Amino acid sequence: MAKFTKKMGGELPAVNTASLPDIVFMLLFFFMVATVMRQNTLMIQNKLPFADQVEKLDKKDLVMYIYAGKPSPRYQQKYGTVARIQLNDKFADVSEVQQFIYAERESKREELIPYLTTALKVDVDTNMGLVSDIKQELRKAEALKINYTTRIGEVAKNLE
Amino acid sequence: MAKRSAPEVNAGSMADIAFLLLIFFLVTTTIETDRGISRKLPPIPVDDIVPPIIKQKNIFTVIVNRNNDLLVEDQLMDLKDLRKAAVEFLDNGGGVGAEACDYCQGLKDPASSDNPDKAIISLVNDRQTKYGTYISVQNELVGAYNILRNREAQRLYNMDYSVMEKNFNDPNYNGNKVALGKHVDEIQNMYPQKLSEAEPKN
Repeated sequence: MAKFTKKMGGELPAVNTASLPDIVFMLLFFFMVATVMRQNTLMIQNKLPFADQVEKLDKKDLVMYIYAGKPSPRYQQKYGTVARIQLNDKFADVSEVQQFIYAERESKREELIPYLTTALKVDVDTNMGLVSDIKQELRKAEALKINYTTRIGEVAKNLE
Repeated sequence: MAKRSAPEVNAGSMADIAFLLLIFFLVTTTIETDRGISRKLPPIPVDDIVPPIIKQKNIFTVIVNRNNDLLVEDQLMDLKDLRKAAVEFLDNGGGVGAEACDYCQGLKDPASSDNPDKAIISLVNDRQTKYGTYISVQNELVGAYNILRNREAQRLYNMDYSVMEKNFNDPNYNGNKVALGKHVDEIQNMYPQKLSEAEPKN
């Protein structure tokens, strides 16, 4: 009976804070699982055009990104001011697009391949010649599902 | 002598460490969902395919030159009028007999398209056209198709076509997907997106 004597100080026991980190780690793991890190650093100027007939591209893992535009000021001395294509963090030529598509397909599961879509994130001021070349290469690689990435807004702003 | 129990380590500062890590991750991750106009490219044609003969009135030509001007059916047009002109063309329903269109609400002009199933919009760009103009034109043309599809979906099923399509593609939708799929196909066949883009000139 002596073992169970309670101290008669009349003070409440301090809150046990040992489980606070557990709560915080749970939140942390949730964020780590639910978010996707941005993969590519843009070396080109990429002001996207406006449009209103847009759809969301939810499934990030089923999207292949092709960027196009003028090189950003940091890279202009080295690469000039003509619009270029960027694939996976480095500049590429139009002829490398097909190879890129095949490489992306290799890295995905068989049954997901028909659901892959290509997101074309092209700067507003790029000429259609380059974009048509990209589309032609995509047709040759049979990557027919494409999406022109845009911001949401009034289309008239593109003409300024 | 009774052993003194070791004093408990104060765990209050563990929470601070954890909060710091959490804030680091909150700040460095981006939840970017891109949005854009979805299109489907035509497959490369096999050499021996003969293109079918199409009547001139069933083709709606849109030409954009290097100065970003629009030439629609051989007449200069402003971008803001393009959507309305495309809707008028698609919804015309000028055909008679077997080619008549019973759901078209257009003017039934015999010089314009017969029915939406035969109506083709042909887009030609120049290599020097700006991408911004190209997207504006694509947006207006896709908008024209969506206006007509939404109208028919409202009339038949009291729902917008875009909502129906979104539900159909949503993995968490719990309604009847088979019936929804049939409705979506039906509306798509009423106004099929026959948008042909030619190789840009020079």
